[in-house]
Order: sequence, then C-alpha cells, then structure tokens
Amino acid sequence: MAEVLVVVEHGGGAVKKVTLEMLTLARELGEPAAVVLGEPGTAAALTDRLAEFGAAKVYVAEHEDLAGYLVAPKASVLAELVRQASPAAVLLGATQEGKEIAGRLAIKLDNGLLADVSALAPDGTATQSIFAGSTIVTSKVTRGLPLATLRPNSLTPTPSPVTPTVSTVEVSIPESAKLARVVERVAEPKSARPELTEASVVVSGGRGVGSAENFALVEELADLLGGAVGASRAATDAGFYPHQYQVGQTGKTVSPQLYIALGISGAIQHRAGMQTSKTIVAVNKDPEAPIFELADFGVVGDLFKVVPQAIEEIRKRQ
Amino acid sequence: MDIVVLVKQVPDSGAERRLSDADHTVDRASAGNVINEMDDYAIEEAVRLQEAHGGEVTILTMGPERAAESIRKALSMGPDKAVHVLDDALAGSCAVGTSLVLAAALKTLNPDLVLCGAESTDGRVAAMPHMLAERLGIAALTGARKLTVDGQTVTIERQTEAGYEVVTATTPAVVSVWDTINEPRYPTFKGILAAKKKPVSTLSLADLGIDPAQVGFAGASSAVLEHRQRPPRTAGQKVVDEGQGGKALVDFLASEKFV
Ligand SMILES: Cc1cc2nc3c(=O)[nH]c(=O)nc-3n(C[C@H](O)[C@H](O)[C@H](O)COP(=O)(O)OP(=O)(O)OC[C@H]3O[C@@H](n4cnc5c(N)ncnc54)[C@H](O)[C@@H]3O)c2cc1C
Ligand SMILES: Nc1ncnc2c1ncn2[C@@H]1O[C@H](COP(=O)(O)O)[C@@H](O)[C@H]1O
Repeated sequence: MAEVLVVVEHGGGAVKKVTLEMLTLARELGEPAAVVLGEPGTAAALTDRLAEFGAAKVYVAEHEDLAGYLVAPKASVLAELVRQASPAAVLLGATQEGKEIAGRLAIKLDNGLLADVSALAPDGTATQSIFAGSTIVTSKVTRGLPLATLRPNSLTPTPSPVTPTVSTVEVSIPESAKLARVVERVAEPKSARPELTEASVVVSGGRGVGSAENFALVEELADLLGGAVGASRAATDAGFYPHQYQVGQTGKTVSPQLYIALGISGAIQHRAGMQTSKTIVAVNKDPEAPIFELADFGVVGDLFKVVPQAIEEIRKRQ
Repeated sequence: MDIVVLVKQVPDSGAERRLSDADHTVDRASAGNVINEMDDYAIEEAVRLQEAHGGEVTILTMGPERAAESIRKALSMGPDKAVHVLDDALAGSCAVGTSLVLAAALKTLNPDLVLCGAESTDGRVAAMPHMLAERLGIAALTGARKLTVDGQTVTIERQTEAGYEVVTATTPAVVSVWDTINEPRYPTFKGILAAKKKPVSTLSLADLGIDPAQVGFAGASSAVLEHRQRPPRTAGQKVVDEGQGGKALVDFLASEKFV
C-alpha cells in the first residue's frame, strides 16, 4: 500500500490534535507515514503518540535550520521526501504553518493544492466548505498527487496502534530556503484551556459582553464545560479579549461539538468561523438577532442574568 | 524603496456569495465586488512606508475587467500607479496558476518590497505570498502585525499559537499583513479625484510571455467537480428568559450530554 505522508503539527513537545485527525484520515487512503520536521531531538517525544494513531512509519527530519527560519526549509525537505517516497497523498494541517508549507510544496512540485478540506476520499476527491460555510465544494487535483490541508476538527481521531519503523531523513537545506530568519520567539502566558481550533466546546463572547472584565463570565462558563474561549471581532476590536481568540472570517475557524455565542449578533463574517459547529447555542437579548437563525437552542435574554444562572445550575448538577 | 501591493477583487463577504452553476467559478455578478479587506491594510502600510522612506507604490491586480473599479479605489488611498493583468484566458485560474502570472508581473516591476493580504476572503488559501516567494527566490514574511524597514532589512512581528515571533529578511521580500497591523485610511475626496488621473497599465499573458495553456481552466492544477448550497441550519428551540432561561439552557446542554 502506498504511503500517505502526514506532516506532523507539534508544539511544546506534544503532537497537535489535527495530526491525529490527519493520521485517522490517512488510514483510509493508504499507509500513514508521519513526517516530523524540527530541531534536533524533536521526534523522540512524539513517536509514541504517532504510533498510537497508526503511523506505520515515522520519517524524522531534524536540523537546527528547520526551526530557525519560516517554512521554506520545511518545504524543501518535504519536496525531496515526496520525490523519493512517491506517496499516494500528502496531508498537512490547515493551520498558518500548514497552509504556508503546502503553498510552497505546490510550487516546488508543480502540484494542485486542495486547501482547507474537511474530507478526502480514497479516489482523491476533497470536500471543502466555502463562503462562510454556505457552499460545499468537491474538487480534485488534476496535476500531481492529492496535496491537501485538513481543517482542524473535521473528523474524530481514533487510535489504531502500530509499531512504526523510524526512518531518518537526510537533511540538507539550500541557502535559498534560509531567507526569512526567526530572530526571536516570544511565548506568551497561556491559559490551561484547550486550544481554540481543537476544543470540543467553545464559548464565545461578543460586543454584548460589554467589557474586558465581563469576559470573566465567558471564561467561567468555558471552564465549567472544559471549553476554549472565543470572541467576535467587535469584542477583539474593542479590546475586550486578545485578537488571537477571534472567531470568524478574519479569525479562527472552529468546528466544535458545542459552540455557545454570548452577546454575539451572528454577522455573516462571524458565522464563517463557526457555522460548521455541531451544536450551536446562543444567548442574546435581541429576539431578531441573526444568530438565532442557526442556533439549535437560543435564549432571548440578558446574558448577565442567564449565564450566571446557567453556571450555578451546572455546578449544582456536577 | 519601491513597493508593489497585491490587490485582489473579491465578492463582498457581507453579502450572499455563490459559485456560478456553469463553471464553478465565483459568481461575480451575484454579489458586490470589493477589495479583499486584508489588502486594504497592505495598501495602508505601503503608503505609510512611502511617507517615511520615499519611493513609488504600485498596485498589482490580476482579475477581470470589473477589477478596474477596485484598482481606482486602491489608488484613491495614495499609491502612484497600477498594473492590471487582464486576459480572457485567465478565467478559472487556480492558486498555482495565479502565482505564475503574478510572479511574472512582479519580475517586470522589480520592486524592493511586495505587500499583500495574509489571505483572501473568497479563496482563503493564504498561500499566495509563499507561492510568489518560492517562484521569485525571495523571502516571504507572513502574517505581519507589525512591519519595520531599515535600509535593506525588513522585520516583522507575527502572532503565533504560542505567542509571537520576530522574523527578519533582506529586500527584496514579500510581506503579507494581518488586519491588526494598522487602521486603513478612508480615501479623501481629493484622493478620489487624483486616482482618476493616475496611470493604470494593462498587461496581457502575451506581454508576460506566458502560454495561455498554463493558466485558466486549461492549465488549472485542481478542478471543482461539484458544488451545492449547504442546507441552511434550521433554527431550533428559542426560549424567552423570564427568570428560568439559564436553567433551560442547562436542561438543553444536559439533554445533549454536554453536562
Ligand atoms: C471583511 C470583514 C471581516 C470580518 N471578520 C470577522 C471575524 O472574523 N469575526 C467576527 O466576529 N466578525 C468579523 N467581522 C465583523 C462582523 O461583520 C460584525 O461586525 C461582528 O461579528 C459583530 O460582532 P458582535 O456580534 O459581537 O457585535 P454586534 O453585532 O454589535 O452584536 C452584539 C450583540 O449583543 C447583544 N447584546 C448586547 N447586550 C447584551 C446583553 N446584556 N445580553 C445579551 N445580549 C446582548 C445585542 O443584541 C447584539 O445582537 C468582519 C467584517 C468584515 C467587513
Ligand atoms: N488575483 C490576484 N491579484 C492580486 N493579488 C492577489 C490575487 N490573488 C491573491 N492575491 C494576493 O494574495 C493575498 C492572499 O490571497 P490568497 O492566497 O488567495 O488567500 C491576497 O490578500 C492578495 O493580496
């Protein structure tokens, strides 16, 4: 069976959830082969987890330069690997980095690019959801192999343990890939909450939350449900919550099991980022707010009354 | 320092957008067409850099006839001139094909800096800056929330999952900007008048020496097989809070096994 290359997304020594989703998908397409790209010592901490989700092979490409520059060195190593391994398909996460590597790979290999797919069938047909989730498209690569970026949370990862063979990749990075040098990486303090795009529950606040202080209420509900916190653009623009938590067209696309919108009107650009959530719940004091058109359950009311009561009620039941 | 800003015309994301039934391309007649919003931030950043460092700012667009409106609008924010790559054979181009054309046009303009949006609201491929950098053999600094230029050194700050990164390169370079980088200016009346007189040149595929078979539907590296409207989400239950709204919400969450 031909290999399906899965480009491993990792951070802080852990495999990201989208990688497990890609491995699960890859099992339907061929034999999953995970590709770890990073500085020396990266793969050791990741291999067990990759094996648990079916990576029959783990390619390990480690080099200082893979971390020291923006994506070009990674694309260069991958292009070489694709030429050698002739895989049936190549999967990357539809994350900032995944999209960027995929773009370079498409040019290097003169290959079509299936961006932001939610599914990829064994015959190479990709499913994508565009225009704020309103249109579903199926497409195929007509030149090269299926090269796709997978939208996080598009499928449920399931384990399928194997004992992988580990294969070390010879890394030689041309000077031409070392043009954009990372001179500083600043880690910002992070909450213990799950990552927005990976979370199975997202609780978002909008302009209706009213202030940065009031976002504590949004956080409290999120924490009770084990969820991540999101925000509308009106809320991030007003400085209520940091920009990286924005959900929508110019923010993150989320696809959780449960999305709770508090004080969010449901503008089309916001919907673009959350429309494919499994279950949607909204609290808004305006009965005409468009968010109710897509909510499975809506409460017309003041969020400052409804949410504290809900929090109290959940505590009681837990 | 000479700057080229890449500007793409897209259907207004606030209106209903569709693909055409005939060929699965963006139905440009069905929605208002606007400048891709992130590109406004790129134009603003270019004009600010020009104010600080001098040089010329050129708008570059690949798109159909009607993209000319967006070009004038872009020029009204201050850039000096524009180049419109216009050719019937371009219809149906994929990202790979578009990058071939934009890269060829950039070679003729030979700027120190290429600015563009981090992603477009219709395609959301977010790959164009890297595709262009790959083709041109220059650096790509992507997703900038801050940009500084000092002589030939370009430095950006960009948001990451973990925090932020500072990335640097030497010109020529492509820089894509995020909408947190600045606040784009509104064109003034004077700016709008001036834009009408600014030079806009058009380039065809022949001018760029590109074989039409390499682009458009003919040369596309991917093809849409089918498209359909997602069945609209149906509104579910809606209750009005009369003192029990929070409880009702938790009842619903419990019925769906979330609590
Ligand atoms: C190109 C483009 C890209 C965009 N990208 C995004 C994006 O990525 N994400 C995004 O979110 N937006 C985006 N927007 C903006 C979008 O159009 C809306 O302006 C934005 O989503 C509105 O945010 P909001 O719902 O929080 O605010 P509003 O529309 O002001 O809604 C606030 C809501 O809160 C309710 N409310 C107020 N007080 C209370 C209370 N006490 N209790 C209950 N309800 C209350 C009100 O009834 C109202 O419905 C974009 C716009 C453009 C043009
Ligand atoms: N046809 C085009 N003409 C000019 N610029 C473009 C075109 N397509 C994409 N771009 C630029 O590339 C950026 C990223 O687009 P995309 O990769 O399509 O999401 C946009 O914000 C534009 O600045």
